[in-house]
Amino acid sequence: MLKILMTRFRQGCRTLSFPKGKLPVLPARYRGRPIIAAQEDSVDLGEITYIPDSGIRHSNDFRMAVSKREDLILKSDVDALAYALNKKIAKMFGRSLKLRQVSAGGCNACEADINVLNTPVFDLSRFGIQFVASPRHADGLVVTGPVTRNMREALLKTYEAVPDPKIVIAIGACAISGGIFANSPESSKGLDTILPVDLYIPGCPPHPLTILDGFLRLMGRIKKDQP
Amino acid sequence: MELFNGGHVALKDIPLLAEKEFREEVLLRCRDGARLANFFGSLEDGGNVRLIAILSVDEESELQIFSTKVLAESPRYKSLTKELLQAHLFEREIAEQWAILPEGHPWLKPVRYHTNYRAVPDLWKDITQQTIPGSYPFYAVGGEEVHEVGVGPVHAGIIEPGHFRFQCHGEEIIHLETQLGYQHRGIEPLMCGRDLKRGVLLSESIAGDTSIGHSTAFCEVVESLASCNVPIKAQAIRAIGLELERLANHVGDLGALGMDAGFSPTSAYFGRMRGDYLNLLLELTGNRFGKGLCRPGGVLFDMDTAMAEDFCRKLKRYKKEFEDVSELLFTRTSVLARFEGIGVVPLKIAKSLGLVGPVARASQLEQDVRIDHSSGMWQFYHVPISLAATGDVYARALVRRQEVMRSLEFLLKLLPSLPKGGIFSSLGPLKTDTLALSLVEGWRGEIMHVGMTDSQGALMRYKIKDPSFHNWFALTLAMRNQEISDFPLCNKSFNLSYCGHDL
Repeated sequence: MLKILMTRFRQGCRTLSFPKGKLPVLPARYRGRPIIAAQEDSVDLGEITYIPDSGIRHSNDFRMAVSKREDLILKSDVDALAYALNKKIAKMFGRSLKLRQVSAGGCNACEADINVLNTPVFDLSRFGIQFVASPRHADGLVVTGPVTRNMREALLKTYEAVPDPKIVIAIGACAISGGIFANSPESSKGLDTILPVDLYIPGCPPHPLTILDGFLRLMGRIKKDQP
Repeated sequence: MELFNGGHVALKDIPLLAEKEFREEVLLRCRDGARLANFFGSLEDGGNVRLIAILSVDEESELQIFSTKVLAESPRYKSLTKELLQAHLFEREIAEQWAILPEGHPWLKPVRYHTNYRAVPDLWKDITQQTIPGSYPFYAVGGEEVHEVGVGPVHAGIIEPGHFRFQCHGEEIIHLETQLGYQHRGIEPLMCGRDLKRGVLLSESIAGDTSIGHSTAFCEVVESLASCNVPIKAQAIRAIGLELERLANHVGDLGALGMDAGFSPTSAYFGRMRGDYLNLLLELTGNRFGKGLCRPGGVLFDMDTAMAEDFCRKLKRYKKEFEDVSELLFTRTSVLARFEGIGVVPLKIAKSLGLVGPVARASQLEQDVRIDHSSGMWQFYHVPISLAATGDVYARALVRRQEVMRSLEFLLKLLPSLPKGGIFSSLGPLKTDTLALSLVEGWRGEIMHVGMTDSQGALMRYKIKDPSFHNWFALTLAMRNQEISDFPLCNKSFNLSYCGHDL
């Protein structure tokens, strides 16, 4: 027992203060929200895979979640932190959001960085967000992966099992657009071709902070204009 | 025909044997201690399929390659599985991919539920019309008190989809069968062609937790086909990435094992410490999983002395923390009572299944690509092999603990003496009509990629083997006569990849 307590003491408190206080700064090489150079350029945050050799310049900003597919298309003339999130959803789920995750293809990197939210660093439960085992207990689905042909039915059945009103969150390039698998006959071209999506969190995979920021905006815990 | 890791051979030089000779050769060598490391088909002119077997004699650091031809007009051959258990899943894969019947296969069922690559009728009718597990003929145990438990594809946690079917008597598992394929994205056909830029991205997404392992294997195959010498600094940076990947996953696994044994403190600490290694990868590559690091020809991110020193400082601190927390985990009697004697894989079974990685080493099977088929940085550094004897959950945890320490020691040795020089060499055109292969010791074990080019130098067949492909079957055997409530813990101790298996 003493050993457990001593280790606990040595570990200390590691939880991030986010969303309070200053925004956490990610390392210089981190590839966040792209920088649009020319007036006519645009980048689809939901299609790109955030690789270093794509020719796209990336900023350090991890905030990229949006609630409409078209908001993912980043243009230079829009200073788009375009998070128009639903007031009704915020009222209903703002203090308690139970989610059921469905992994529908993909490479498991998105799942891994969703799991990270349950570590003491992000401590998701302090926001009233919890991943639950049964879709019957859930307020919504979190979907990752390009929705493979073999997962389509299981996904639809899980969606049906979630009681109304329900929300759907697409995490990662694959779930949003099919990502790198968009051309495969085995996968779909995005979750919103199958289910209505309420929140898009882009990345390959998105940084845990991007995901957390998205969840909190969806719940109305981070206001639209709040940085 | 002998080959080495990272080597290549002209297609015409691969021994082409008659079916009977091929069979005898493979069986004989495997009886003499070789291991079936890969077995796959490749389409030839006229709809014929060339079956290629790659054997590994780990003790001799030797790879052997043989092939035989299956003609389009008689798409069948005599199955090896009854004599060589290691061939079991490979033969099912060949049957599904090429609609070739392995005659006498004792367990001939679909693997991933997709249509074959030969554009002929599939061995299983309407295979793509069914939803897994659909009409999959699970083995069933009869009897009044026997009951069946089906789990998945959607599981309780945030994990990948797969279906587990237990045949139980009371709480005891008599038999478990796993049916995967839900994650099948059709990666192998997507890899073919000339688009190497897309190929490397696909390789990073075969299994996201093994991005560096798989992308290193892809790069080495392409570099071998292009006769490209990768600068030593780039090799060092790949090795750093690979070991950080191993560290993150092993540490995370130890945390998850503690959690499944009902001991939450270490699970919280290990869970956070796993993030430390991912954050080092983020600093190095801009991505927590190392996506974007490896490209054919080298790496895209350099490491200067300041970064190496910073990594060294941090890793020394992480090492101390790891020792502290793992000591706590491994001295709890309540944890050990849950770990010991659960899910035993005896050495004999491990050998006959051809297991790889930490799962094999936990059953005292000495097998580690970094030692047996060393390439890149591993030719200059020796990482001692981590073995355990009991083959149970405890052994699999212990091997991970040792490997974490040895990876840390390796990095602390390598980082202060990083080689100097460039990180990228340019790539020539790919050799024509050639096969190249690469083995990498990913954190789950032996990854093997094989690339074959056509007469124009484009990739016409790309074969990916994730270590999980060998090891899934061991999980099902380890569960026999165990309590069904031990399944989550035992499953976690293997922690196999669904997407790596499903491709």
